[in-house]
Amino acid sequence: MRRGPVTRALGEHPIGAVFVTPYVVFLAAVFAYPLGFAVYMSFHDYFFTAPGAIVERPFVGFDNYVTVLSDPAVRRAFANVLVFLVINVPLTVVLSLGLSTALNSAIRWRTFFRVSYYVPYVTASVAVVGVWLFLFNSNGLVNSILGPLAPDPSWLVNSKLAMPTIAVYVTWKQLGFFILLYLAALQNVSKDLYEAASMDGAGRWKSFLNVTVPGVRPATTLVVLVATVTGANLFTEPYLLTGGGGPDGASASPVLIMYQRGIEQGNPDIGSAIGVLLVIGVLIIALIERRFVGRED
Amino acid sequence: MRLRFVGLLLGAFVFLFPFYYMLIGSLQAEPDPTVAGAFPEPGNLTLHNYGEIDKAINLGRSLVNSGIFTGGVILGTLVFGVLAGYALARLQFRGRGLVFNLMLLIQVVPFQLLTIPLYVLIVRSYGLADSYGGMILPFLINSTAVFVFRQYFLQLPAELFDAARIDGASELSILWRIAVPLVKPALLTGVLLTFIGPWNEFLWPFLITKQQDLQPLAVSLSNYLTTVSARAANPFGAVLAGACVLAAPAVALFLIFQRRFISANISSGVKG
Repeated sequence: MRRGPVTRALGEHPIGAVFVTPYVVFLAAVFAYPLGFAVYMSFHDYFFTAPGAIVERPFVGFDNYVTVLSDPAVRRAFANVLVFLVINVPLTVVLSLGLSTALNSAIRWRTFFRVSYYVPYVTASVAVVGVWLFLFNSNGLVNSILGPLAPDPSWLVNSKLAMPTIAVYVTWKQLGFFILLYLAALQNVSKDLYEAASMDGAGRWKSFLNVTVPGVRPATTLVVLVATVTGANLFTEPYLLTGGGGPDGASASPVLIMYQRGIEQGNPDIGSAIGVLLVIGVLIIALIERRFVGRED
Repeated sequence: MRLRFVGLLLGAFVFLFPFYYMLIGSLQAEPDPTVAGAFPEPGNLTLHNYGEIDKAINLGRSLVNSGIFTGGVILGTLVFGVLAGYALARLQFRGRGLVFNLMLLIQVVPFQLLTIPLYVLIVRSYGLADSYGGMILPFLINSTAVFVFRQYFLQLPAELFDAARIDGASELSILWRIAVPLVKPALLTGVLLTFIGPWNEFLWPFLITKQQDLQPLAVSLSNYLTTVSARAANPFGAVLAGACVLAAPAVALFLIFQRRFISANISSGVKG
């Protein structure tokens, strides 16, 4: 087929550009522009005004960042999210890899297991938070089973246990999704490798360590990154489970502080600066994780 | 082998028990946090808590709001997402690679971080606070669904499209008459996958709806949880009743169509 100059310039089906236009406009309006706008606000003295009012919003350099970084509540929130990640990410990887490996070889009740692990993932956090509050209440079921072993103050009102409890909750809530990722990855691990391992006399545990773990490494990288991004976005759980990041800020997350400073207290410039710092933090952590998890042996 | 099965069973118990407990708790007139309370006599169960939560937050209205919010997102995703997915799969045009890469990139931008600028734009600049439009806009097209649509369109045989084009059919009619009827399973998958996003979403509708009669159930329930429940006679019962109502549609859809949910999430998960 001969290609005319128009075809060369616009492609064979220029109508395709029309078809994707609504989607591209959507991406630009809802992702690209707000992203740039957030960076802009973080470097200016930006405040809410009546619609249409023309006011000066002077450039203030790093002032907002200085304010943010010298705010103890913000520093606390970033430290809290690190505690969250240190518990949540390894727990997620170990449990989802373990359960998916067991599930991969189990024949009985396979669908039942898969479905039951996935149910929390499709349910609204607001709904399951209700039952966790009931379970982990001072005189809830968990403490009444533990009896004298129950922590005092109880889980969610204990400044040492509030964040770890939230980390466990989120692990439980998201685990089904990660189990599915690992199940898909396990299908790609060659059966020959397991046979070779058992010929060499490797037991089940040895072949898990030497065949399964390296075989699903790309999936592990993905699981670690997704779990990290999910953790950095933490908001609903500290807002509802611990009554707004309590006790005394012990379970506040950066997004929660961003909401309080940016919207409740009406300082969107400060809120944006927290958001930008959070993105940078996540990127740094993701790069470190990639180095450790993604390395080739 | 047996050990593995016991481990899986234990896991299933940990995952399912809170749901059982949610249902039981919502049906008890008095909260009973003892072990015996988890296995109440059927005679002691009542729907009283459902009446209480309905009085406090107007369940019907909240469900309608959740439905409009979710329905709007599904409609937007079906109309604009199918168009985009088809173009990305079957049409050669300038900028296609760029749009595709943009779509993948979007998946890693955490939505929460866009909260403040979106709030400023939608609430302050466009004046869309307390409106369905403002609620729907940031979720209008689900990128994962676009990706799923594209995958399905890619699997159709090329001859089908060539033949229709030789017959002089326009791309829009090829899409509507030939391609869409062949990818109906993809549409169902896209709808299911899109459903759980807005139905379960909390932060965004929470920020932009202050009027109670516009709040989706996730928002009105959480407002009840944080403010009103302390004054109620059996706060947990009412909260759990609301939680059951909120969880039921998503869980039911999932149980009916679990195969589709699971395969869709695998394909979207391993793409990256």
